[in-house]
Amino acid sequence: MSVTTTTARPAAHPPAAPLPRPRRARRLATEEAPWVRYTLITIALLFLLCFLVLPLAAVFAGAFAQGAGLYLESIREPDALAAIRLTLTVVAISVPANLVFGVAAAWAIAKFEFRGKSFLITLIDLPFAISPVIAGLIFVLLFGAQGWLGPWLGEHNIRIIFAVPGIVLATAFVTFPFVARELIPLMQEQGKDEEESALTLGANGWQTFWRVTLPNVKWGLIYGVILCNARAMGEFGAVAVVSGHIRGITTTMPLHVEILYNEYQFAAAFAVASLLTLLAIVTLVVKSVIEWKTDRRRRRAAH
Amino acid sequence: MNGFVWRQPSVLPGFGLTMGFTLLYLSLLVLIPLAGMILFTAKLDWAQFWAAVTHPQVMASYRLSFGASFIAAGINAVFGVLVAWVLVRYAFPGKRIVDALVDLPFALPTAVAGIALTAIYSTTGWMGQHLEIFGIKVAYTPIGVTVAMTYIGLPFVVRTVQPVLEDLDRELEEAAACLGATRWQIIRRVILPSLLPALLTGLALAFARALGEYGSVVFIAGNMPYYTEITPLLIITKLEQYDYTGATAIGTVMLVAAFVLLLIINGLQWWASRRH
Repeated sequence: MSVTTTTARPAAHPPAAPLPRPRRARRLATEEAPWVRYTLITIALLFLLCFLVLPLAAVFAGAFAQGAGLYLESIREPDALAAIRLTLTVVAISVPANLVFGVAAAWAIAKFEFRGKSFLITLIDLPFAISPVIAGLIFVLLFGAQGWLGPWLGEHNIRIIFAVPGIVLATAFVTFPFVARELIPLMQEQGKDEEESALTLGANGWQTFWRVTLPNVKWGLIYGVILCNARAMGEFGAVAVVSGHIRGITTTMPLHVEILYNEYQFAAAFAVASLLTLLAIVTLVVKSVIEWKTDRRRRRAAH
Repeated sequence: MNGFVWRQPSVLPGFGLTMGFTLLYLSLLVLIPLAGMILFTAKLDWAQFWAAVTHPQVMASYRLSFGASFIAAGINAVFGVLVAWVLVRYAFPGKRIVDALVDLPFALPTAVAGIALTAIYSTTGWMGQHLEIFGIKVAYTPIGVTVAMTYIGLPFVVRTVQPVLEDLDRELEEAAACLGATRWQIIRRVILPSLLPALLTGLALAFARALGEYGSVVFIAGNMPYYTEITPLLIITKLEQYDYTGATAIGTVMLVAAFVLLLIINGLQWWASRRH
């Protein structure tokens, strides 16, 4: 980026003296001809336009298709508010749980050497490999009416499937690896010298963690939490299986979008969807800012 | 520790606490529920299981799910390398925004993507109306399923190939050029082979994601049995009919496919890391 700005700027100034026009620089052997370059850029951007930009634009076009009045009404009606509240509740439980797990797992895996470490990392990655529908299914088989614990739960009048606990469990399952997966390589890269120094200087374990480890992995931690949060708010497949679609009670925002869409209330569906889209855009912005910050830091450290 | 050293000694505290919590949480949330499903499958009658997983409607859904996922992963392999190449090698205005946008399928809820893609590619949509002139119907056909799966797998190939391309030694290309190779020969013989492990990893990840994907596909698919019904949807349909046996049987097939893919991906990553 910086190259383009520095080469573009002098061109804006009038030339100081009439220099002889330089001969066109010969193309390097490790570069493509300009027409190839522009063609490739155009094809890549058209592909991204069709698959990424158009869907984003379609959400907002759909949301305001019938005016701002209906838009506001759609996101302020009781069922929509209930869905927003439920989504926030689910996120407030599942994201912190996975955060604590991620930090604990990263500490155990990155700071110690033990047998079976790579197998443990594979197990932690497991939820990413499994279809969200199966993530829902396993909890139905465990807690559903015909599941392993179903009869016992029925006797004690505890509802997990078709209720909020099931939604929390399914969401926690699909977002399980996010924080751990971000922190493990980062903490492995940083080694344990700083922690060992802190301990030698008399800090206890908690002080070492709070004052040495945590500041070092701060950005990686936020990065993982941001992605975890986006997925938790938007999870659809796993939640669809366990929710039972009880309107206003077990419908999260994505499920509310589905219900509205299936009832042909397209403008309302896109209105609620636009809130989730804003969340996605904020996520991408924060993510890029962190990448930019940490990349710069890494480059400075390298020099 | 009586001969067998499970872990090397360390001065850092907290191993017992963090490892204990990690294993407890992992077991309660992931391992025990998964084991529950495997036990549930083991309880099934074999004939019943076989009938459920080979029912013609289910077979049709495998063909669609595996076929469309494969085509979508292939499309992503081609365009993913192109996008990664353009992002790493060329300068153009708005590059940073484009780079950030590549991750959109990870950040945008799948249901939102599903209804947005359906709106664009239906016969009255921005793209659909133009494609219809050529007699191409996208929404509610297997093409629509492929489009949604391409969307959901888009970041994988870009994000696996991009770092390798950034680290690629320019001197190798210069050496090849000095030895008289044309640009095209350099790309084919020098650049593409070094991208191959990363490309295959991205391809496998995109395929695995597309295979299990539900939210972005069901809206654009139209879900007609034997035609546009994907396997994850069949699991949900069976569950809604309280057919736990059928749902578990089909789920087991998908789970086995996911595990096989996970093994392949781990193998590919191992290969890729050995190359560097």
